[in-house]
Amino acid sequence: MKITAAHGSGGRDSALLVEGIFGRHFANPVLDRLEDAAVLDNSAGRLALSTDSFVVSPLVFKGGDIGRLSVCGTANDLLMAGAEPRYLACGFILEEGLDTGLLDSIAASMAREAKAAGLVIVAGDTKVAGDGGGLYINTTGLGFVPEGRLLAAASCEPGDAILLSGRLGDHHACVLSARMGIENGIESDCACLGDVTAALFGAGVRVRAMRDVTRGGLGTILNELAAGAGRRMEISEDLIPVGEPVRAFCGIMGLDPLYMGNEGKMVAIVAGDDADRALAAARGTEHGAEAAIIGRVAEGGGDGGRARVTMRTRIGGTRRVDVLYGEGLPRIC
Amino acid sequence: MCVAMPGRVISVSGGRAKVDFSGNLVDVAVGAVSAAPGDYVLVHAGCAIEVLDGDSAREIISIFEELDGGMLE
Amino acid sequence: MSLAAAAEYLSHYGGPPLRIMEVCGTHTAAIFRSGIRSLLAPGIRLVSGPGCPVCVTPSSYIDRCVEYAATPGFRLMSFGDMMKTPGSGGRAIGGARGGGRVEMMYSPMEAVERAALDPSVTYVIAAVGFETTIPAYALAIEEAAARGLGNLRLLTALKSVTPALEWLLENERGIDGFICPGHVSVITGPEAYERLATGYGKPFAVAGFEGEHILAAIYAIARLAGGGAGGAGSGRVLNLYPSAVRAGGNARALALIAKYFEPGPAVWRGLGRIEGSGYYLRKEYARFDGGGRGLDGDEALAAGCACAGVTAGRTDPGDCPMFGSPCRPESPLGPCMASAEGACGVWFQNM
Repeated sequence: MKITAAHGSGGRDSALLVEGIFGRHFANPVLDRLEDAAVLDNSAGRLALSTDSFVVSPLVFKGGDIGRLSVCGTANDLLMAGAEPRYLACGFILEEGLDTGLLDSIAASMAREAKAAGLVIVAGDTKVAGDGGGLYINTTGLGFVPEGRLLAAASCEPGDAILLSGRLGDHHACVLSARMGIENGIESDCACLGDVTAALFGAGVRVRAMRDVTRGGLGTILNELAAGAGRRMEISEDLIPVGEPVRAFCGIMGLDPLYMGNEGKMVAIVAGDDADRALAAARGTEHGAEAAIIGRVAEGGGDGGRARVTMRTRIGGTRRVDVLYGEGLPRIC
Repeated sequence: MCVAMPGRVISVSGGRAKVDFSGNLVDVAVGAVSAAPGDYVLVHAGCAIEVLDGDSAREIISIFEELDGGMLE
Repeated sequence: MSLAAAAEYLSHYGGPPLRIMEVCGTHTAAIFRSGIRSLLAPGIRLVSGPGCPVCVTPSSYIDRCVEYAATPGFRLMSFGDMMKTPGSGGRAIGGARGGGRVEMMYSPMEAVERAALDPSVTYVIAAVGFETTIPAYALAIEEAAARGLGNLRLLTALKSVTPALEWLLENERGIDGFICPGHVSVITGPEAYERLATGYGKPFAVAGFEGEHILAAIYAIARLAGGGAGGAGSGRVLNLYPSAVRAGGNARALALIAKYFEPGPAVWRGLGRIEGSGYYLRKEYARFDGGGRGLDGDEALAAGCACAGVTAGRTDPGDCPMFGSPCRPESPLGPCMASAEGACGVWFQNM
């Protein structure tokens, strides 16, 4: 069956779609009440709230789909604030012509990922617009921040270590390969990073700040952290993990792994003395198995926002790492 | 405007070849070279522009040897 | 001799001040990516040359691209590099994408495949580039001709590097040596620079694109131009990329270029008109010609823009009064900032 305008009418077709797909996959006591708003128990403490919209082509890619992405993306944003993800609301924009079988499998994948991340889907909305057969998802997540956990880039100090949870570029290369018709085995790294953050906190690592390394890539995220910290950051090219197929893919396309998007990678700034412990903790998890300490927070940084991140290159030179400008288009030049 | 990458030719058919770049298979036009399966070709904009003779790592070592060994005399 | 020894020599170089031009934009990008400038003594300065084809393409060409993209029945196929380059009035090719008539390609062959699938649309390749890329365009035409496609065109802005180097040697003083474009040299062979090297007494080093390749080239040029050899002794061509660059170049590729294209005058943004520096489709293949001849008009750059001097290696990007403010990668005023390999864009993101 294909999505039609009637599925967005608010009438019977809408109800059948919502019950038949979302109600079936996302069923839980809060959602099943089908009220206008989810009423949630609050176990006191601080709340973390995050929202994100997901637009990806193709909708299904190696290692994931837009549904899984929409759950992991928001869960990771909550995790990076030190929160434990708890509730999720989802908005779906469907385009006419979208296959309902595909929508069903995407909803199933959301349900699986939400369950694994400890998220309960408690609210949702569906609209139909346009006729391109596409699908866009917005998710809003709510989580609780445990007592005493305060993460902020501003708390980074010189000597702190920069931990990267794994190799760069897999998601971006996977999606771009599909679009450009390049065959490879590169799978999206789309994943919820709860195991890594839990391991770091569980090991008593003094975590200053965390960011998931999504669009804009490591270069952009480190600049954001450095700006927030008011510090310089120094990384080493040799220490940054990049898979060989992704490195070659970047070579063909004239792209730089430092600016490739990821969907299951994070950077944690940890106290310098805790670096070894943090690395061991991260490496003991599924999604941090290839973690590496890639550099340090350095003195200085009051230079008006320029040259905040520098990298020691493979041949021993030093270069500045800037944010990504534009879209990061493939280039042959 | 000259990004080019070495890749290994897997198969050749007509003027096209499947070229493997460390696990990335790309359809490449090979009309500008004489390439056979197993050859390493340098590919720019989907077109092989040369068959490579030796790899980059060894080349770099030999360049520095030659620079020292009279190339600049 | 090792990489470390060459780096040591270059970081302690105390000979006469040298200005070495890296001709190729891909080299400019690689130099910054590998942090090579940080390894050189102050006496060795690298200047970027006219080897970013996007940067030297006149604005009238970009305007023609935009026109094609806006014309019903046509679809423009462009490399990602070209998307942001401003034409006259700041209009860029990528700006037309909303209309769905511009698509990014990785290879000209993609345009052939698209043309074969949809005969109702004429596919126009924004065919920009140097010798490295021209064989790919030739093969695309060969394929289109073999398949009898009538809906593929090349809008050409194809250029030859050597005439531009000769122009620089005639018109710009104070360049002591050249890092030659490695992948252009794959096609042309190192001989392309022989006459210039001996005629002007300058060292030309053909280099690959790893940091080590480029350091080796700078070392060789510094030894020849700055180490006392001087005069005629330094006027020679060294091939430091022998795995890819052969004597005589790639004969098959050169034959393909000659079969489909003929030389003619071309306008380089920043340098002006240079005889024999362009390639145009031959008359026999006029049915594939989407224009290119006569697209010489070049809108004056914004007042104060130093792109012309940057392209000629006369001005460092950082010396342009607009560098960084207001000219930035997200709001480029000149082509050198707009292109991923333009000297200004590369400087901005790496300095």
